[in-house]
Amino acid sequence: MDNSAALSIRNLSKEYKRGKPVLRDISLDFATRGFTAVIGPSGTGKSTLIRCINRLVEPTSGAVEFQGHDLVKLSGRALREARRGIGMVFQEYNLVERLTVMENLLTGRLGYVAPLKAWLRRFPQADIDEAFDLLDVVGLAGFANQRADSLSGGQRQRVGIARAVMQHPKLLLADEPTSSLDPKTSVEIMSLMRDLGTAKNIPIIVNMHDVELARRFADRIIGMSEGRVVYDGAPGALTDENLKTIYGGKDWLHP
Amino acid sequence: MNAAAARIAFPPNWWARAGWLLLAAYIVYACSLLDFTWARFMVGLDNGARFIARMFPPNFSRWEILVKGLTESIEIAVLASALGILISLPIGLFAARNLMPVWVTWPARMLIALCRSFHPVIVAIVFVKAIGFGALSGIAALTVASIGFIGKLFAEAIEEISLKQVEAVRATGAPFMNVITYGVLPQVFGRFIGFATYQLDSNLRNSTMVGIVGAGGIGGALFAAFQRFDYDFVCAMLLSIIILIFAGELLATRVRAVFLERSRVNEE
Repeated sequence: MDNSAALSIRNLSKEYKRGKPVLRDISLDFATRGFTAVIGPSGTGKSTLIRCINRLVEPTSGAVEFQGHDLVKLSGRALREARRGIGMVFQEYNLVERLTVMENLLTGRLGYVAPLKAWLRRFPQADIDEAFDLLDVVGLAGFANQRADSLSGGQRQRVGIARAVMQHPKLLLADEPTSSLDPKTSVEIMSLMRDLGTAKNIPIIVNMHDVELARRFADRIIGMSEGRVVYDGAPGALTDENLKTIYGGKDWLHP
Repeated sequence: MNAAAARIAFPPNWWARAGWLLLAAYIVYACSLLDFTWARFMVGLDNGARFIARMFPPNFSRWEILVKGLTESIEIAVLASALGILISLPIGLFAARNLMPVWVTWPARMLIALCRSFHPVIVAIVFVKAIGFGALSGIAALTVASIGFIGKLFAEAIEEISLKQVEAVRATGAPFMNVITYGVLPQVFGRFIGFATYQLDSNLRNSTMVGIVGAGGIGGALFAAFQRFDYDFVCAMLLSIIILIFAGELLATRVRAVFLERSRVNEE
């Protein structure tokens, strides 16, 4: 693994209710490139971990170092500027339903455009050109003026990914990006993320349920159980024994 | 709880039953108190028939007064709606508890509650006393009413939006105003147009009434005609008001069609 980390998480803990930690003392480093999958049972804190990185959830203690800043200590403008460098893809796409595909893509530039100009849709031409190019890349050429709520799940997630890439992120977070999609579309979405990450040198951290999909796409797998990291290594080294530790029990493994 | 009790599919709600009984009892009591009897109603009907007979045929001979009153009513309604909508936008936003901290929502909700506490006619009386007779008082009174109505509904609409969409816009590092214009407003725009056109409609009706207390519009002439028993002129004015309200309704439908056309096509 590369020493110059894109992201360092130090002793991160989160309690939604006092005395009931969801994340317990997590420390992880992420290289400036690569595809990391975080796996683990529901309710084990995967989503909380991802959201603590860009502070959609407030960590209880610990540090998150990104581009020379501890994100946990930032607030106001400094926090927003840090967030611009972190793209995020959501399980339920979280597109603004009543805006068009183009408007949703340009949402990725909202951290750079003044409110009045954004409201009047006066985005820099370079952003608009880039958005059209990205629509071609994600396979949605010609969809620019359709409203987001007219798209299928797979199409929506393509818009979600394009929106995140529009931010020119130095890190891409994805929270269960394929859990609402069918198996074929899931594979297409994962390939799209991996290819864009490789082409644009963006390290990617993805939460997921599907162990096989994680094995197929990730360079590194982090297994979580009850708020702790219980496995961290290459997908090839992930054994049934590891999976038992992560998910508990063994009856589900081989039917 | 024992096993038998746990298997009752639709447990009776004794509080609700008691409430219904209480309501029924109060209605009977209130009717008896107000001498609400059939005999009285029949006497009233007789009076009503004579009153209606005197209303026809409607008398349009004093049409200048009628037109002047109507145009003033329209002016009051349109200006009050425009002002009220403009002011209630930020107030409604400030009152939304899912976006704003308590120290912002509390004063905003107080202001909305204050605007809603009095009927427009009572507010109009206050303004007539404060700034004098005429249309300005009517505009002020209906603006207050509009702020109360739209502000409250707008705040409630914002409180029902999907926060997932807002979360996604926040995650891009967008400043607060961009989160509002891209994450919040698109979700409530359609409903806001609905509230605004309904308020215009309601202001048109109210603007024909505030004149009764001297706050401008056709209401003053209507009240004077009533007092002089010019029932045929009253009838002419009532017919004109009905036409005005229908026209307003048509306009509101057109406005909704223009603004919401795109969403309707795509929702099918």
